[in-house]
Amino acid sequence: MSIDKLLVALIGAVGIAFTYWFFLMKKETEVEVVDEVDIKVSRGYSPEVISIPKNKTTKIHFLRTDPTDCLSDVVLSEFKIRKNLPLNKKVTIEVTPKRAGEFPFSCGMNMYHGKVIVKE
Amino acid sequence: MEKKTFLIRGMHCASCVRVTERALKKVPGVLDAVVNLATEKATVSFDQQKVSDQKLASAVSSVGYKAMMEEESQSEDQQKIEKEKELQQLRNKVIVSLGLGGLILWGSFPLLMNIAPEILKNFFVQLLLATPVQFWAGFLFYQATIPALRHRTANMDTLVAIGTTVAYTYSAFVTVFPTIITRTGIKPEPYFDVATIIIGLILLGRYFEAKAKIGTSEAIKKLIGLQARTARIVKGGREIDVPIDQVRLGDVVRVRPGEKIPVDGVIMEGESSIDESMVTGESIPVDKVKNDTVIGATMNKTGTFTFKATKVGKDTMLSQIIKLVEEAQGSKAPIQRLADLISSYFVPVVIMLAIATFVVWYVVGPTPAFLFAMLNMVAVLIIACPCAMGLATPTAIMVGTGKGATNGILIKDAESLETAHKINTVIFDKTGTLTKGKPEVTDIVGDVLQMAASLEKGSEHSLADAIVKKGEEEKVNFMKAANFKAIPGHGVEGIIDGKKVILGNRRLMEKERIKIDEKEVERLENEGKTVMMLGVDGNLAGLIAVADTIKETAKEGVLVLYRMGIEVVMITGDNQRTAKAIADQVGIKRVLAEVLPDQKEAEVKKIQKEGKKVAMVGDGINDAPALAASDVGIAMGTGTDVAIEAGDITLVNKDLRSVAAAITLSKKTMWTIKLNLFWAFGYNITLIPVAMGVLYPFFSILLNPIFASFAMALSSISVVLNSLMLKRVKI
Repeated sequence: MSIDKLLVALIGAVGIAFTYWFFLMKKETEVEVVDEVDIKVSRGYSPEVISIPKNKTTKIHFLRTDPTDCLSDVVLSEFKIRKNLPLNKKVTIEVTPKRAGEFPFSCGMNMYHGKVIVKE
Repeated sequence: MEKKTFLIRGMHCASCVRVTERALKKVPGVLDAVVNLATEKATVSFDQQKVSDQKLASAVSSVGYKAMMEEESQSEDQQKIEKEKELQQLRNKVIVSLGLGGLILWGSFPLLMNIAPEILKNFFVQLLLATPVQFWAGFLFYQATIPALRHRTANMDTLVAIGTTVAYTYSAFVTVFPTIITRTGIKPEPYFDVATIIIGLILLGRYFEAKAKIGTSEAIKKLIGLQARTARIVKGGREIDVPIDQVRLGDVVRVRPGEKIPVDGVIMEGESSIDESMVTGESIPVDKVKNDTVIGATMNKTGTFTFKATKVGKDTMLSQIIKLVEEAQGSKAPIQRLADLISSYFVPVVIMLAIATFVVWYVVGPTPAFLFAMLNMVAVLIIACPCAMGLATPTAIMVGTGKGATNGILIKDAESLETAHKINTVIFDKTGTLTKGKPEVTDIVGDVLQMAASLEKGSEHSLADAIVKKGEEEKVNFMKAANFKAIPGHGVEGIIDGKKVILGNRRLMEKERIKIDEKEVERLENEGKTVMMLGVDGNLAGLIAVADTIKETAKEGVLVLYRMGIEVVMITGDNQRTAKAIADQVGIKRVLAEVLPDQKEAEVKKIQKEGKKVAMVGDGINDAPALAASDVGIAMGTGTDVAIEAGDITLVNKDLRSVAAAITLSKKTMWTIKLNLFWAFGYNITLIPVAMGVLYPFFSILLNPIFASFAMALSSISVVLNSLMLKRVKI
């Protein structure tokens, strides 16, 4: 095998390992919410992971500043909520979780993800 | 004192809130002002003599923000305008990228370039044409990719951005430094056509997809659009038109022919025929008289009437329906779990596959290895379509639940819709579900109605009600009954017109030693009717049979289920003979009789143990535990309450044929979802390896990246269109 091929193979292997580490081994930073939280919707959700208390109403304010059509809906299936997020307009969703656990939320096309962690 | 809430635009921090509040409070006549940053709303209490909308708006604008006094009522329209603006921008980008991309293709595609003007064959001109496409039209791909990478996430935009950037950068390099490429033994040819056409086609796909997606949420918009905007309230002898949100409980509302009924209520005066099809799906107009319930947003056809508002705002039937449908559309079907799991790994895996493709082609591929490696890697990045997987289930659920709602079938969540397609046994509760739940006189033998009705006038028994009602309908002349006496467990007696009249069951006749016509009584009892006998001065004068009549749609509803191969069971507390008689009338073969209300749940579980998937149909009141125990609880709508807790599906149209329709809708929706998922997965599983070049060693087939982008754009559109086909399905 010539040197260039060896080099490409090596770089490729490193690239694959890096992609795996970068996307699939990331640690989520969790934001603890007391009563309400602002989630910015632009190329994803920020913060992505929030933790809220059980049996208490929490207000989640979504503000979409990204025109991508995919993000125009947010779906919190555990709470049976699908809300349209008009551009640059805050939309408030109230949730009162009855059980603890980790409940993902996503955009309408299930491309961007976030998570609500309900704690006892 | 007046209170008003309006939107304020332009605020972005807590200090904006304080500034705005202060400005509003300074307006003379304003008593209080509260501004909420989260909702971007101000609520102001003021003296309406001193303060106008204009004064409030100018106070807000004086501190640099904008008060949207009419915003709330316009928000629907504004959203539509904004949506149209977004679509317009997307369309412009599609036209520019495909236009410029087309010119580049003309100047570089092997066959086409022979007839192309020389200028288009110039690489620098191609670079000039490709640059705005890559960085203006394709800007949104970068816009989405860079912050996503910051979050260590990737999506479809990441794939497109990487793919087109590789093609564009290589082409730009070839154009500017052709000699370096020549030195490596590769012919210096750019691939600007690949980068530009990919961007153009993917944007075109997004444009059509966005347009088609509008159709999936049409049902909810239609429901919201049904709402009346104003109501005519009768107050102090005057009629005033007020906005719908100002109607209060207990208000008296007048409705004229051809007008929409604004809120739910009970008719106080007048009568009319009302078209309720838009809310309940019931196709035939319903005649309504005094004390009947009317539903907001339905259409008054012929008469004028006044009614008392009993449900307003979020409690009206229409508001409840909208909420229920919204909730169902936000829920997730269990079938989606697999798609969810795969899509969370999909994009990183595709990136890894693309890198592997490059390496394999470079290391073991034919010459020029670099070009093969690059083009195949771009094809892998472009062909992958996670969007189709993401859209497969939710779009079908949205169309399916919407279709149900417009037909009077309200589905609580996606899980119920999914389970309903497996139902192979339907259990009907008898009273109030298969039957009307109100006993009616069905047979009168002999001329006895006048006497019977006159005698029963003093009774409180439910069967007596039926006889008196029949008397009123037939407009009989009620006579005075003296010495009226109820004999518990037997019947009643009294003196009418000087004669001793008794009305009751067989036991009462035996007690009075009156001979009865056994044959006739038995015949009526075999039909599931309760027979009352009338004796006058010791002789039998005639018979009156009372029965709970079956609903008009019961027989057909049952028949359709049998035709679908579904077993039908009737459950009732009645004795075997009556139960059998009713079951025969509606065509049900399996009967569970003499089941007390608290035993119904156990009966449902027994049938489930036979391995059946059971739907229980009831009114949701006394059979709530049975509805909850079944796999799918179907509640018949009662009055204007639609959110029946125990029911997974509520039939607001009260039509028993809708049980079969709900199962059919579920089957069709599941078929659409399965087809979508099959297509979405099949597409990716088949075409990603083809793009990697697995067919090349056997058939020398490679996938051109341009075709890859075309296929990708088509795949997500086809999923949305397939879901929209559900709208045309007959249920």
